[in-house]
Amino acid sequence: MNFLFSYFIFPGFLFAAVIGLLAGWVDRKVTARIHYRVGPPWHQNFTDILKLLGKETIVPAGARATFLIAPYIGLCGLVLAAAIVGSAFLMPDSGFLGDVIVVVYLLTIPGIAVIIGAFSSRNPLASVGASREMKLILAYELPFVLALIAVIIKSQGALQLNRIVAIQAYGGSHIASFSGALAFIAAIFCMQAKLGFVPFDAAEAEQEIMAGTLIEYSGLPLAVLRLTKAVLLYTMPVFLIALFLGKDTSALFLVLKYVLLLVIAVLIKNTNPRLRIDQIMRFFWGPVTVLAAGSVVLAVLGK
Amino acid sequence: MDFRLKALTKSIWVFHISAGSCNNCDIEILDCLTPRFDLERFGIQLVGSVRHADALLITGAMNRKSVPRMKKIYEQAPKPCLVAAVGVCACSQHMFRDSYNVLEPLDKILPVDVYIPGCPPKPEAMIAGIVKLVEKIRQAHK
Repeated sequence: MNFLFSYFIFPGFLFAAVIGLLAGWVDRKVTARIHYRVGPPWHQNFTDILKLLGKETIVPAGARATFLIAPYIGLCGLVLAAAIVGSAFLMPDSGFLGDVIVVVYLLTIPGIAVIIGAFSSRNPLASVGASREMKLILAYELPFVLALIAVIIKSQGALQLNRIVAIQAYGGSHIASFSGALAFIAAIFCMQAKLGFVPFDAAEAEQEIMAGTLIEYSGLPLAVLRLTKAVLLYTMPVFLIALFLGKDTSALFLVLKYVLLLVIAVLIKNTNPRLRIDQIMRFFWGPVTVLAAGSVVLAVLGK
Repeated sequence: MDFRLKALTKSIWVFHISAGSCNNCDIEILDCLTPRFDLERFGIQLVGSVRHADALLITGAMNRKSVPRMKKIYEQAPKPCLVAAVGVCACSQHMFRDSYNVLEPLDKILPVDVYIPGCPPKPEAMIAGIVKLVEKIRQAHK
């Protein structure tokens, strides 16, 4: 019962979706202000989802059953990650040993679900998008895991999210140290890629491969995919706050840190052009991995 | 009023089809979606895939080559889907009325919801047309 409540209502689905859709509005509003225009009203993302629920769902000829199942798999896996990350702040004794590793695995499920759905739609442009998404996951997972290892070493080997937060509350945020700062920069790039934001949105390039992985989706499955994006927009920044900025976890500071991370992501998104997929891989396996590996070495040295 | 229809009028995603136009209307449509006119205020967005579209903006006189393709695109769009005829060519064939290559106007081919005349129509005229369309939908379902 308690588990169902935390999965579906409070740190889980409902809460994460509402916060994520509001964060999506912050994204669109900040983008609009950068363009020097007004931007949409706060309920725009909710309206979009509601509208998609009322539209026809089209299944392309020859598509496999996974075309319709994949979006739900992605959302279910991601909501579990959101619930685990959210309860690290709210319920200090709710974690279990190794939940950081579980969260890292769960965070890749939406990407894999998108790949499965796009490949089973039998659209050539969706296939191009899916193959790019696959390369993107290969590119950013390595530095992301390295940054995570640096954090775990800094937290005296704690594999539990709420212990990592507790250690920071006692000894100061990890970002205040050299290794933590380097790992944080690497993790910001990985967050950008995981969210599919512009320099790293080659998989969904709208002008180039017409929304790529999403091209065949309409109606309800498209709404589920947009909700997945929204929940990811809640989960990733909160996960980074837990890893790097865990010093003060009062509600006000949490919101401020969350909005700060969000605005950083939106600013990167609006000031950079889209990279090609080979440039993305070179970027992540080159400079970002070196940065993350350097942070691991510094963390071992105790800096 | 049906809440889904209300949501539709507040979030219209448009897909742009050029069915043999001279490109003037297309340029004006792109102009209409620039920051200066800021259609995102009303939830209007240009989408890349026709599967996401709520409205089709069709420009140009329909020629023999583009009519079957346009019909196919209309069938691919999820319903309910609105159709806007942008420019006087799409509305009434304009100077191509007697052309050997242009058979019939757009409203004989697809159910047109709003006509936006002009050669090319100004972005202001397009916004006015969309506003009239939204009002028409709301009146019809009150």
